Amino acid sequence: MVHPPVADIPPGSLPSGSLPQVDVPSGVPNGLPGAAPPPPVAPHRGSVIGSAVTDAIVSGLLTGLLLLPLVGFRATESGSGPLGLTYRFGLVAVFAAIVAVLRLVLNLTVWRRGRKVKTGTEPSAFAALVQKAAPALRPAFFSFAIAYPFLAILLSGGLSPSRYWVDLGIYVLTYVMLGWGLNIVVGLAGLLDLGYVAFYAVGAYTFALLSTSVPLNEFFAGHLGEGFWTAWSFWLCLPVSGILAAFWGVILGFPVLRLRGDYLAIVTLAFGEIIRLVLINWVSLTNGGAGISSIPPISFFGVPFNSSDDGFAARYGLDFDSMHRIIFLYFVILGLAVLTALVTIRLRQMPVGRAWEALREDEIACRSLGINTTLTKLTAFATGAMFGGFAGAFFAVRVRFVSPESFTFMESAVILAIVVLGGMGSQMGVAGAAILLIGGMEMLRNLSFLKADFLFGPDFDPSLYRMLIFGFAMVAVMVWRPRGLVSSRLPTVFLKERKAVSASLVKEGHG
Amino acid sequence: MASLDPVAGARAPILAVDHLSMRFGGLIAVNDVSFVAGRGEVTAVIGPNGAGKTTVFNCITGFYKPTTGRLALFHGGAATPEELDAVTASGLAWGRTAAGALYLLERLPDHKVASWARVARTFQNIRLFSGMTVLENLLVAQHMSLTSAGLLNPAALLNLPSWKRQQKGAMDKALYWLNQIGLVERADDPAGDLPYGDQRRLEIARAMCTNPVLLCLDEPAAGLNPRESAALNELLLSIRRDHDTSILLIEHDMSVVMEISDHVVVLEYGCKIADGTPDEVRNDPKVIASYLGVEEDEAAVVEAEVGA
Repeated sequence: MVHPPVADIPPGSLPSGSLPQVDVPSGVPNGLPGAAPPPPVAPHRGSVIGSAVTDAIVSGLLTGLLLLPLVGFRATESGSGPLGLTYRFGLVAVFAAIVAVLRLVLNLTVWRRGRKVKTGTEPSAFAALVQKAAPALRPAFFSFAIAYPFLAILLSGGLSPSRYWVDLGIYVLTYVMLGWGLNIVVGLAGLLDLGYVAFYAVGAYTFALLSTSVPLNEFFAGHLGEGFWTAWSFWLCLPVSGILAAFWGVILGFPVLRLRGDYLAIVTLAFGEIIRLVLINWVSLTNGGAGISSIPPISFFGVPFNSSDDGFAARYGLDFDSMHRIIFLYFVILGLAVLTALVTIRLRQMPVGRAWEALREDEIACRSLGINTTLTKLTAFATGAMFGGFAGAFFAVRVRFVSPESFTFMESAVILAIVVLGGMGSQMGVAGAAILLIGGMEMLRNLSFLKADFLFGPDFDPSLYRMLIFGFAMVAVMVWRPRGLVSSRLPTVFLKERKAVSASLVKEGHG
Repeated sequence: MASLDPVAGARAPILAVDHLSMRFGGLIAVNDVSFVAGRGEVTAVIGPNGAGKTTVFNCITGFYKPTTGRLALFHGGAATPEELDAVTASGLAWGRTAAGALYLLERLPDHKVASWARVARTFQNIRLFSGMTVLENLLVAQHMSLTSAGLLNPAALLNLPSWKRQQKGAMDKALYWLNQIGLVERADDPAGDLPYGDQRRLEIARAMCTNPVLLCLDEPAAGLNPRESAALNELLLSIRRDHDTSILLIEHDMSVVMEISDHVVVLEYGCKIADGTPDEVRNDPKVIASYLGVEEDEAAVVEAEVGA
């Protein structure tokens, strides 16, 4: 059988679905192997890169051409004279390069033809990588945290110049700790808490009020010697701050126990605001908006960081430097953060931690198993709040001044963003998100290279664009990883092998 | 107070439901239902859709507070009517009896029905902790026995040997049930990844890990194929045989009901229409009428036709 020439086939005369085949050997019907179309051949690797590079160059050139009149020339006013013309070809080149590189990267990754689109419920490659690296990640992260101040001193060349970096480390670690604390409530128990800053405030004010209290100072001066309270107040008030914050966590917990989801979020938000407004308006106790100042500084377990003869430097044979206190503060917050992490890990392996996660998964099933959900929710609120209280006391002793200004809703939102961005329930994720968010925000202050003449010129203030860049970065991360940086859940116990549970199976709770 | 159901006169009861009614606004979902579930027996509650079976279950397990009625659960052995009346009059939720203890379930909140009265349940639409592994599901179920020394037990916080022993016991129990339901190989997989039939059996195993005296199963065979259904029968019979647990189940699948239940209660429009052994119920004209949708006087004809 010989097919007629293609052009002669009237439309519609072919069986649907079969293309005209010209050189088919006679006797072989369509559909047998001889007539099957060749299997799709994967595009040659070289050609993919080649076409991507061509595309990048072409789009870069196009961008350059388009932007040349728009960006490259600029009319400037020079005093009273006529308009002058300045040239900004460097900026055009930068834009063109950005477009070219972005297109190149996209062509080689996301837009690549024949790229396998991942569906399924298996943990993603990223999650698998994190899981594989997890055993090494924790010690590496911890050793880096310990070595960080010394690295800062070495790299910045001295104690005093390293102050900025050590301060930054303290700042980031405070948020790591707050993130881990809130992670218990939001990530494990699945209770959306928008008022976490309230417990931070309770901790900070507890320490501030107790350490500056005159009667307490006199009491301890009479029994244990002058200066005792100044030297020891932080170490004695730290547990008190945690306990009081936990107590307030229970107070918040009771009214919100019946609430779920959005309603729970609104009430916790209101609770955070109530605490702040009380701090502003109860002037006789909290000194109102003026705040509490002259909080005693931290001591090295009773040894003050000053230049006196029994100060830290003199006692340990060092030259006095105000940086000793800062570095000690760094290790205190590191210790507190590690305590938070260890307690959380331990609690997750105990019935109460498992009950928190079960509560997030299904509250009704929990009740059918005899778990008292009221008590379980309250312990989650109280435990999370306690670590918030510890962090608050640390904040007060570091800044040595507290005012309601420091405890706005923005703080709660940032801490919640850290937990959500990190992946709810994952400690490494939350730590990474805190570093990214807090450290990254801070690093965006250092964009002075954009002031170069060939870019935006000296009048440009890059720090103004900090929040904009930051917002874009957040959106990008959430598009790329909607369930946070580390979205898979590691089981607390296993029989043969610890397998990560994919995020698609883990519920988010919020009730 | 009303006496126990005359039908159950000879049986030792584990649960006595007396004049149970439940209203939702103007709707009477359960209307004056009384029955008895026997100790060591499988009692089935059957009925057409909307008959109020799940409402009865939710009342028994404390998820609903019944409008009227008494739900008495007996630990150890049945209480005498005098003991039952004394506890009812005392206003307390439970009391000791000569044989053991007596709980009035309508007075207990849902989690205490599970933890004190030891009534476990499963759900019509499976409620597993899908993001937790199979093993974790079985450990969460042992929450109450593991937290007998307090929620923040210091021995557990410090991981002392006494706690490790307790933890080992919990693992052994979980393993025992994994063996019973044949899911040892999948212990470390998330529960949400299991096939439907396995999820059903896991939910039953999870309920059994709470050491219940009464296990309430809400349509355990729903959505199972015949082979899975047979495996379920096997599991339920082994529970009744090897454990001191009585079973109360809601079921549509007549092969399950007729094969394994010792006693059947039939509900229709919130009222009890029959109560007896599977054979008695099968031959009850009212039941046939309600299931096949014919008038009562025609039931005899239908009965002859189906050869029941």
